[in-house]
Amino acid sequence: MNAHTIQNDAPQRPYLRVQPDTGWLALNLKEIWRFRDLLSTLATRDVKLRYRQTALGVIWVILQPLLGAGILTFVFNTLLKAPTGGVPPFVFSFAGMLAFTLFSSILTKASTSLVQNAQMISKVFFPRLILPLSVTFSSFLDLAVGLVVMALLLLFYGIMPGFGLLLLPLWMFFITLLALGGGLFFGALMVSYRDVQYVVPVLMSLLTFASPIAYSVSLVISRLPMASRPFYFLFNPFASLLEAFRWSIIGRGDVQWGYVAFAALVSVAIFIVGALAFKSMEGKFADVI
Amino acid sequence: MSSKVSSSDIAVAVRGLSKAYFLAHQEKQTTIREAMVQKARNPFGKAARETFWALKDVEFDIARGDVVGIIGRNGAGKSTLLKILSNITRPTRGYVDLFGRVGSLLEVGTGFHLELTGRENIFLNGAILGMRKREIERQFDAIVDFSGVEKFLDTPVKRYSSGMFVRLAFAVAAHLNPDILIIDEVLAVGDAEFQKKCLGKMQDVAQEQGRTVLFVSHNEAAVRRLCKSAIYLKSGQVDFIGTPEQAFAAYRAQRSESGFDPSNRRHSSGKMQLNNAYLSVDGIATNELVSGIKPVLTLEVEVKESFKFYPEVMMRDANALPLLFSPLGLSSGLHYRLPPGEHALSFELNWPVMAAGRYSMDLALAELAYGFYDYLEEALAFVISPSTNPITGWQFEQSRAQGSVLLEMKELSIVPRPGAPSPVR
Repeated sequence: MNAHTIQNDAPQRPYLRVQPDTGWLALNLKEIWRFRDLLSTLATRDVKLRYRQTALGVIWVILQPLLGAGILTFVFNTLLKAPTGGVPPFVFSFAGMLAFTLFSSILTKASTSLVQNAQMISKVFFPRLILPLSVTFSSFLDLAVGLVVMALLLLFYGIMPGFGLLLLPLWMFFITLLALGGGLFFGALMVSYRDVQYVVPVLMSLLTFASPIAYSVSLVISRLPMASRPFYFLFNPFASLLEAFRWSIIGRGDVQWGYVAFAALVSVAIFIVGALAFKSMEGKFADVI
Repeated sequence: MSSKVSSSDIAVAVRGLSKAYFLAHQEKQTTIREAMVQKARNPFGKAARETFWALKDVEFDIARGDVVGIIGRNGAGKSTLLKILSNITRPTRGYVDLFGRVGSLLEVGTGFHLELTGRENIFLNGAILGMRKREIERQFDAIVDFSGVEKFLDTPVKRYSSGMFVRLAFAVAAHLNPDILIIDEVLAVGDAEFQKKCLGKMQDVAQEQGRTVLFVSHNEAAVRRLCKSAIYLKSGQVDFIGTPEQAFAAYRAQRSESGFDPSNRRHSSGKMQLNNAYLSVDGIATNELVSGIKPVLTLEVEVKESFKFYPEVMMRDANALPLLFSPLGLSSGLHYRLPPGEHALSFELNWPVMAAGRYSMDLALAELAYGFYDYLEEALAFVISPSTNPITGWQFEQSRAQGSVLLEMKELSIVPRPGAPSPVR
């Protein structure tokens, strides 16, 4: 093409074309890769900031799940006498708590990540997906610390996890997908409707009780009429993943593999739905936030 | 007026660019009860929406290596244009082609975190602006050097003075090395010395490194010094493209003889309207005043519905930074309730001695404590011409960056040392 044509159509391809939303729905992974340094910097910021100006600092990472598990153990096992299938109740609920904390902290932080960084969104360009993705890092770090505490507890009680332990990363993966899917959806919605920020904590506290953290799934199921049992798993896919997560750690528990497979599929589906919803609302973030 | 250049060396091509915002028009609810009543009457109804075109069919090309100023008044669409060029928001119609990596600086210190140290913030801010970690590491010393805060590098920035904060933030941004650099009004912050340094740095960026720079500013001197050409935006449209001198001439020519311009950003309730405003000296309307003279401000107000209101005046300097503020209702309890019809209200402006230069005024008819019946940004523009001090020959001018308001000092005493403040008896 003649380089000296004085025309509107440029001869070389533009590096970037900014144009109206085309409804193109794919996730731009290449762009996220280009901004990977921002992703890691934000993740480190998140970790660095969390315990600054706290007296106990990093101890909170250990203390939070310990206290949470302690409360649930007291309520469900001491007061309500929920059976844990021969596993020490505290070990049982601590393992459940780790899975739940991973889930709820990713979902909660991902959903508030956009609104909390409103200034950045309205003043700088970067793939918006970076914000909810960056918060998962600190949740994993918390989980890692929690798993160390878990190992000490297992040693103390003399419990040996079986080969199921090898499947643990798999459950972590699906829990993350599920939580991120929800977080992306709620996060995008929160940009226009701040009401969502009040809904998410309520959902989380509902889920604290609706999930088998300190009781086993079989306990709930046994109380439900036969016909309605599948609904529990249908409406709370997280429950099966939590049960599988705990089974991997303490090597015991009655995991309903069919429902776990179903939950894994639901996680993938919810992640895709969440990501698509995020993508479709992304274009308006800077205008409405 | 050449808005198109040879396509082989284009850096930025803007075609038919339009951006619409939808403004929700609601009856203002001042109490929760009112809000609830309205919600109950019409629970799912969307508020009436009005389309506002922040940009309309904007077209221009910018050649590689050019430094282009974008000028226009508040609400003319400059910020929207920069946001689209930076890919922060998308246009409603049209498109922008960018031939090269874009770095934009719409605000100094975006993403700076107060709890983090200067060092940590350099990396954070750099990453937010799109720099790679390796790039920041390579430029780290240069950034620190430019900012002049090396002593406080490991102090959380919440302990910085605002000057240090701005220096550090600009230093990071100045070392961003994109092919196309987009800058919004950031030079309006910081002290004169640092502003000079920033302008110098921008000049280097443009001349030596051959980068394309788009630069929004109210600062005529800066635009003239840095830019080869300027784009004058008016009400979301390109009004003029040419040399900075011509563009600023067009910018100034838009105003009426009296300096009143109702076409700027306006928040109006429709209950009252400011139809005209002008300054006068000895009964003669003028928009050229002499430093030290106190003029009369006349507001021509059309009252449609009679409500209690008070006039409000905010004066801005040549960089559109707020300078003087007179909320009459708040400062002196002055308010009016006028019958429907047209009224002219006159006030003597008892202002201090102002530096020579350009000024503008935001004018408002405020509702007591709640908001505005009518608010016009930069409604009135005027010039104060220099008056020379008859004894010293000194002229007080905005362009000298010594401030815009004269501080008058009265000598109290001169006492020989040692005579420090006399002890309390």
